[in-house]
Amino acid sequence: MLNTLVFVGSAYALFLFAVAFAAERAAMRGQARWLRSPIVYTLSLSIYCTAWTFYGAVGSAVRSGFEYLTIYLGPSLVLIGWWWILRKLVRIGRSQRITSVADLISSRYGKSNLLAVGVTILAVVGTTPYIALQLQSVTLSFEVFGVGDIATGEEQGHTALWVAAGLALFTVIFGTRNLDANERHNGVVMAIAVEAVVKLAALLAVGVFVVWGLSGGVSGTLEKIDASSLGQWQIDGGRWVGLMMLSAAAFLCLPRIFQVLVVENENETHLRTASWAFPLYLGLMSLFVVPIAVIGLEMLPEGSNPDLFVLTVPLSQGRDGLAVLSFLGGFSSATSMVIVAAIALSTMVSNHVVMPLWLRYAGGGAKVSGDVRGVVLLARRLSIIGVVMLGYLYYRLSGGGAALASIGLVSFAGLAQILPAMLGGIFWRGASRLGALVGLTLGFGCWGYTLFLPSFGAGVFLPESWSTVGPFGIGWLRPHALFGIDAIDPLLHAVFWSLALNTGGFVLASLASFPGPLERLQGAQFVNVFEHSAAPRSWTGRVAQAEDLMIMAQRILGARDAQRLFEREARRQGMAGTLPAPTPNFLETLERELAGSVGAATAHAMVGQIVGGMSVSVEDLMAVADETAQLMEYSARLEAQSQELARTAAQLREANAKLTRLSVQKDAFLSQISHELRTPMTSIRAFSEILRDTTGLAPEDQHKYSSIIHDEAIRLTRLLDDLLDLSVLENGQVNLNLREGLLSDVLDRAVAAAAADEHGARLRISRDPAAEQVWLNTDLDRLSQVFINLVANARKYCDAARPALEIRVHSSDRLVIDFVDNGTGISPEAQDVIFEKFSRVSDQKAGGAGLGLAICRQIVTRLGGEISYLKGQGGAAFRVVLPADIAMAAE
Amino acid sequence: MTEAGPPRRGKPPVFLERQSYRRRRVIDAARVLPFIGMLLWLIPLLWREDGEVAVRSSSAILYLFGVWILLVAGAGLLSAKLAAQARDGGSDAEARGGEAF
Repeated sequence: MLNTLVFVGSAYALFLFAVAFAAERAAMRGQARWLRSPIVYTLSLSIYCTAWTFYGAVGSAVRSGFEYLTIYLGPSLVLIGWWWILRKLVRIGRSQRITSVADLISSRYGKSNLLAVGVTILAVVGTTPYIALQLQSVTLSFEVFGVGDIATGEEQGHTALWVAAGLALFTVIFGTRNLDANERHNGVVMAIAVEAVVKLAALLAVGVFVVWGLSGGVSGTLEKIDASSLGQWQIDGGRWVGLMMLSAAAFLCLPRIFQVLVVENENETHLRTASWAFPLYLGLMSLFVVPIAVIGLEMLPEGSNPDLFVLTVPLSQGRDGLAVLSFLGGFSSATSMVIVAAIALSTMVSNHVVMPLWLRYAGGGAKVSGDVRGVVLLARRLSIIGVVMLGYLYYRLSGGGAALASIGLVSFAGLAQILPAMLGGIFWRGASRLGALVGLTLGFGCWGYTLFLPSFGAGVFLPESWSTVGPFGIGWLRPHALFGIDAIDPLLHAVFWSLALNTGGFVLASLASFPGPLERLQGAQFVNVFEHSAAPRSWTGRVAQAEDLMIMAQRILGARDAQRLFEREARRQGMAGTLPAPTPNFLETLERELAGSVGAATAHAMVGQIVGGMSVSVEDLMAVADETAQLMEYSARLEAQSQELARTAAQLREANAKLTRLSVQKDAFLSQISHELRTPMTSIRAFSEILRDTTGLAPEDQHKYSSIIHDEAIRLTRLLDDLLDLSVLENGQVNLNLREGLLSDVLDRAVAAAAADEHGARLRISRDPAAEQVWLNTDLDRLSQVFINLVANARKYCDAARPALEIRVHSSDRLVIDFVDNGTGISPEAQDVIFEKFSRVSDQKAGGAGLGLAICRQIVTRLGGEISYLKGQGGAAFRVVLPADIAMAAE
Repeated sequence: MTEAGPPRRGKPPVFLERQSYRRRRVIDAARVLPFIGMLLWLIPLLWREDGEVAVRSSSAILYLFGVWILLVAGAGLLSAKLAAQARDGGSDAEARGGEAF
């Protein structure tokens, strides 16, 4: 019998290997679609039903009635309420590429590795006894068949070791095929789905045999149940509620459940199917538990282990085939749990413990990226072996006794400590790293003190006196009666206090602390995951990816360069087409190429988006923001510079226009001045020739000609004087002859001189004698020269029918003298050049050389004042402003 | 100029068209279902446990598993409705919000 069993067991194990292998092959050939149906997803969730539930549920029913149901009701409610929590968890897991429950907590709280290590330790501590429990159940089931054959514990140990080794081998082979922890383990998931079917079929078969084969149908079974010791409804209300909550919490937090529920999830819509299919599965798994328990109690001898009724009831009836099927069911339950738990734990251990240590002490930083992949794989394989062996060691050391039987719920309570940080993390943006750390520490510590350590029995880890009088005699610290509240069920007591302290610490520390920037960004991404992540895209097959990469690359690099790059890479990969496979090497190359165009962070994010189907990570976003900020600063600087350039250009254009006008004036002046010089010279020459060559000139003619020569010479001299005067003034070589005098006197002189200059004064000049009574202390001759010029100009150029000049004087802090005539004034374009040298407003009245106003301006400037053209006065208007220290006092 | 054009971006309409309205209500039902289940499964807390009036185990089994079947059926129905709506082009993004009714 035992040999048959070993053969069947081995054959079944080989069958599982074959299934896993076939699934991997199919996935590699791109036929993974049917492997990834919602039903397979649902079945893979069944790793929740371990050997503890397969065998233990019946035992639990015998011991405490319907309480076993709570373990199934909680997860059923979680699945039925998938829209609340699971949907969000799965979306976050997919968009953030979460690899484990520790990774989830760590990512949410600012990628804190400390938290990840904490959760990893919690998971290992909570899961190791559970793995030991599975090994124990397999060993026990062997023992059932081998009663009489094997009696010694030595042999049991061997069985457990062989099972452990086989499981470790399977997990290493199929659990670490892919480099990427986030990639799906097709083989493992398929094998688990098959095992799920086997264990359900086994339990249903035993149940059907018991109900219809032994009890005479449904009504007979119900009668038997009512007649048995389980006949009356008896539950502990507290445990009924508490265990339902606990199992629901554990379902969310157990690393192996998280692995299949979130990490291995292929498509979010699978959750929709699982929402009804998995509760159905659980219902079927628990349906026949009570009948089997009742029949077992009735048919088997007193003192039989109720945990093994599923096996012993068929055996006692001589149904060996059914018993073997049942054995395979239990074997499946145990193995699938160990495999997935080992994968989940090894991912955590290698990612959060081994790799950080390796990178710190041996890796020399992240620059040796080629080697790291190998190290990750090795770390993960060693972690798997380590985790399974840890379970085996625990089993051997604990002796495999009744201590293990209760470990299931203890483990649940331990892992449920993750719940506050997890739910707080995905629903509350204010949850902070410190809060999670404080909550986890308090919860973990309280759980360890009140439940985990006492579960080994009094006196093993905690001194016996602690549970009776409390540690150091402090009564309210007794592990089973914290704060003096005793007489509670120890499990509920521990669950209540650990979760209460955990949640309280988590909330308070979160409220009191201030999260870092990465934490806050991650918090927003997690809590608002449905706003941040697009609807999940499914990249079917690898060609689609390469094509998408091509499209993106063309957009950034340009069509020709992108195509050349892709062709080159395809040739390097030894492929015929133009699209290379998106291998890590190619992606790295492409990213580098893209980085040249759009910056490293952006390129990484873009490639990541296409390849991973994930949303951009916060670090990427921050880097992009950095680059963008730099670009914006740069462009702002450019803009400022270009504005300055535009201003300068405008000024230059203005100056150029002025220069052009000046040049034109200069040319005009040169021709004018040569004309001015030439005219007197011509007459001087002509008349001096007459005087020289003509003999017998009449004396009056001689006198007349000499006078003309003289007059012309005087005119020449005056012109040259003006030029000299201007040049002296401009060079600042003039000496001012300061004297005191009245403004009215200066004006009198100027008006008189201007009038003397012209014959037949037609200009009417109006003045304000009262205002002119101002004492001046300045160079009066120079000042009168300015006034003469202005009055003469008015006389010369005023084109009104009755020319009139008004001289206004007003003195406030400065002395202002305005000369306003009633002519047409000076055209606007001429206004800014009239004070330049050689400037003449019009050609038709060529009275002077165009130096007058230029000299005026030089003089006034030398006197410390200014002269300007007044706009909008009706005619030509000039304003002379003299500083106050020149005007002494108005008496 | 009429106001009949499509609603402006950034300001979601207060009322939804009939199809979206139905989708929202299906989601509401999916949200409520677990609480109904919990309530029904907590009812055994009220059962008498002593003496002649105690609830018999066979009744308890029928009740608990009956609730279970009803919940599975309800979840299955809602799941099918959600799937049908998803096929009809209702995006998940549209279904997620709770701001319009």
